[in-house]
Amino acid sequence: MAEARSDHHVILRVVAKPLIPIIALFALYVHFHGDYSPGGGFQAGVIIVVAVVLYALIFGITPAMRAVPPVFARTLSALGFLIFAGVGVWALFMGGNFLDYDVLFNEEPGGHMGQHYGILMVELGVLFAVAGSMLSIFYAFAGRVTEIKDEDW
Amino acid sequence: MIGYAGADLAIALINVILLGLLFVIGVAIARMRSLFAIVMLSGIYSLISATWFVALDAVDVAFTEAAVGAGISTALLLGAMLLTARTAKPETGAMRIVPILVVIATGAMLVYATIDLPAFGDPDSPANTYVGTDYIERTPQEIAVPNIVTAVLASYRGFDTLGETGVVFAAALSVILLLGFGERSLSATFKRKKDKS
Repeated sequence: MAEARSDHHVILRVVAKPLIPIIALFALYVHFHGDYSPGGGFQAGVIIVVAVVLYALIFGITPAMRAVPPVFARTLSALGFLIFAGVGVWALFMGGNFLDYDVLFNEEPGGHMGQHYGILMVELGVLFAVAGSMLSIFYAFAGRVTEIKDEDW
Repeated sequence: MIGYAGADLAIALINVILLGLLFVIGVAIARMRSLFAIVMLSGIYSLISATWFVALDAVDVAFTEAAVGAGISTALLLGAMLLTARTAKPETGAMRIVPILVVIATGAMLVYATIDLPAFGDPDSPANTYVGTDYIERTPQEIAVPNIVTAVLASYRGFDTLGETGVVFAAALSVILLLGFGERSLSATFKRKKDKS
C-alpha cells in the first residue's frame, strides 16, 4: 500500500499513530468507570469506533478493514445484543424476572454484587452492539469509495 | 421561581454566548453550498451543543453528543458526502421563502411554549419532585451505583436500553442491507494487487 502514496500527510500520520491506542484506552476507561462518572457502554462503543475511523482516515479504508474485518464488526454487533438479552435470560433461569440483576448470584438481601456485575455485563453488551453497528455503518459508507484523494483534503 | 443559586450573571452570559454561536453556525450552514464545509460546521455545532449541555449540568448528554454528534456522525457524513456531489444546488425563486416561514412559525410556537415551563433548575418543578427524587433516594440502597444515570439506564429501565440496543443493531442491519458490507473495496484492492503482480 505504502509505495503508491505520496507523503503529504506524514505529520498527520505520525501524530495520529500514538493517539489511536490512547483513544481505545480512554474508551475502556469510559466503559469501566461508567458506574462512577458520566459515560457507559454507548459512549465507550462510539469512542472505540472513533479510534478505528481515525485509523481508516489516516491510513486508508483497506488497511483498516484488514485490521478490523467487517465480518468481525457485524459479528460483534450481534454478539452485543445477545449478551444483553442473555443477562436477562440468565436472570430468568435464576428464578427472577427478565433483567432482574438482584437474583444473578443468589446473594443475601441487601447485597449488590448482582446489580454491579449485571450492569457491567449489560453495558458490555451495549458497547459491543454499538461499536459493531457503528463500524459496520462506517464500512458500508466508506467501503463504497476507494480512498479520499489528496486533492479532496 | 428565580431562587436558583447558580443562575447568576456568568452562567447567563455563557449560555447567551453559546446559544449565539449555535445561531451563527446554524445561519452559516443554511447559507452555505459546499457540502464539505457544511459537514465540518455541523461537527462544530455538535461540539458547541455539548459544551452547552455541560453548562446545563447534563454531563451524560454532553458526552454522548460530543462522541456521537461531533465524532462518529461527522465521519459518517463525510463518507456519505463522498458518494454524492460536493456542492448543493441553490433553490429556485419563490420556494426559498417557504422554509424560513416554517422555521419562524415553529420558533414562535416553541417560544410561546416556554412561558409554561418551570424556571431552569427549579427544585419544585414536576421533573424534580416525583420520579426524580424517588430515583435519587432509592438508588443508594437498591442499586448502590454512584452514578444514578447508569442505574436508571441499565437497572431501572433495562428493557428500554435493551430496546435501544436492538434499534442500533437494526440500524446497522438496514444500512448493510441497503449499501452492502463495504467489503467490495477490500476485494477490489486485492484484485488490483493481483493484477499488478
